[in-house]
Amino acid sequence: MYVAVKGGEAAIDNAHRWLADLRRGDRDLAPLQTQQVSEQLTLATSRVMAEGAIYDRELAALAIKQARGDLIEAIFLLRAYRTTLPRFGTSKPIDTGAMNCLRRISATFKDVPGGQVLGPTFDYTHRLLDFALAADGEVPAALQAKLQSQATSSTGRKPRISDFLDDEGLLQPEPTGDATPPDLTREPVSFPAGRALRLQALTRSDEGFLLGLAYSTQRGYARNHPFVGELRIGVVAVEMEIPELGFSIEIAEIEVSECETVNQFQGSKTEPAQFTRGYGLVFGQAERKAISMALCDRALRWEELGEDNLGAPAQNEEFVIMHGDNIQATGFVEHIKLPHYVDFQSEAELVRRLRRMHAEDATPSQGDTA
Amino acid sequence: MSEQASAPPTRQQWMSVLAKAQPDRLLALWEAAERGEERRMTWLRAPEIGTAMVQGRAGGTGAAFNLGEVSVTRCSVQIDALVGHAYVQGRDKNKARIAALCDALLQSEVETANRIHTGIIAPLEADAEEKRTRTAAKADATKVEFYTLVRGEEA
Repeated sequence: MYVAVKGGEAAIDNAHRWLADLRRGDRDLAPLQTQQVSEQLTLATSRVMAEGAIYDRELAALAIKQARGDLIEAIFLLRAYRTTLPRFGTSKPIDTGAMNCLRRISATFKDVPGGQVLGPTFDYTHRLLDFALAADGEVPAALQAKLQSQATSSTGRKPRISDFLDDEGLLQPEPTGDATPPDLTREPVSFPAGRALRLQALTRSDEGFLLGLAYSTQRGYARNHPFVGELRIGVVAVEMEIPELGFSIEIAEIEVSECETVNQFQGSKTEPAQFTRGYGLVFGQAERKAISMALCDRALRWEELGEDNLGAPAQNEEFVIMHGDNIQATGFVEHIKLPHYVDFQSEAELVRRLRRMHAEDATPSQGDTA
Repeated sequence: MSEQASAPPTRQQWMSVLAKAQPDRLLALWEAAERGEERRMTWLRAPEIGTAMVQGRAGGTGAAFNLGEVSVTRCSVQIDALVGHAYVQGRDKNKARIAALCDALLQSEVETANRIHTGIIAPLEADAEEKRTRTAAKADATKVEFYTLVRGEEA
């Protein structure tokens, strides 16, 4: 027998109305402005842009407000919106060497040209709650140093740390190529995916998932001894060829976080010992994610670097790519809360039948024991 | 201002400046600089919101990969015989319209082009430069100065 179940419209409408009411919260308080979200919850905004895979602060702030601060829900909203937009083209690869850095540090060289620039970091804070913030206190503006020459100031091109190691041959050269990279928003992912597709998947992956995997590599699951060669956060221009003009212009400027790791490599029968690389690049201010991405990128390169597959989760391309997307993950994990009445009825019926059969088999028939 | 003394910007430069402008600032500068040109404007392509796929390079210098998209608005206008295009960051159609109008007028005779340049492009460039310098000055204030401690008999 098939029973169609329909209903719940009124319940759903009222549920959404209550949701909107709760979102607004106490009416005695001023409503949250989306500009306040993008200006004062900047890192939440960054994360939603990175994992929503579209750089637009206003949209991300709106999504965070609409989602009541549930960042995965906000990312979902951004992903959904993105699919409604036409794509005008593809930029030239951004030049992170020309980044206008607000932060740039190296854990491998103390005396890096340009200096160790800490920028607006949580590092070295004592992680003590600041109750002055609860009291709405004003804060002094950031200190501005007098800019000296171009060479010492934070403006202008900064050499990469990896270039120094490169010059000595200590670091494996970065494979170059002008091939058009695959795009997972246009073609379904197939395996082996290759590094370009992996990097696209990693940069939009869930920060928590990547952090856990990166941590696993440090604890011994495909250990690869990373150093942060360089970490930079700053603004870069996005340049794109304009078809109707025949030349390229800067269509945007975006903030990105970039991490280059330098990893130990033992060398092989054919190659002398050399450091290897891992790379992380993420929209917005997201250094935890950039470092995690670099560690995962490096772990996933085992095959190309002639390392052993230790069976570690972080080495498994299919595992990392297919499970890192929090929108796909939440869709599948959460859908099981939605009505499955019919599926369950059929299973329940099956279990009842099996139990009946079991009971019949277990009941000794009269006379057997005599 | 050293900006005005240097060579006039190319179309590539001014379109880049317009693309990255703050919408409110662009609107204010436009309202001060325009001389009713908008009344002669016709749409060749109405503003359309879309995206551009931003690419990065593995290791910063290696093979390209797709990083994610950025929102972009484009449009094209005509004023008399001049065609202006805009591809600007964000989803502000008004910003795209003004950028396209500026692009058209900057190709106009010297007087108009100069008015748009000094009234809109140069101030926007100065804003951007000021912002860059401010960030650099704040970053420099967080630069670590190392003190070397000398230990042992050599001291």
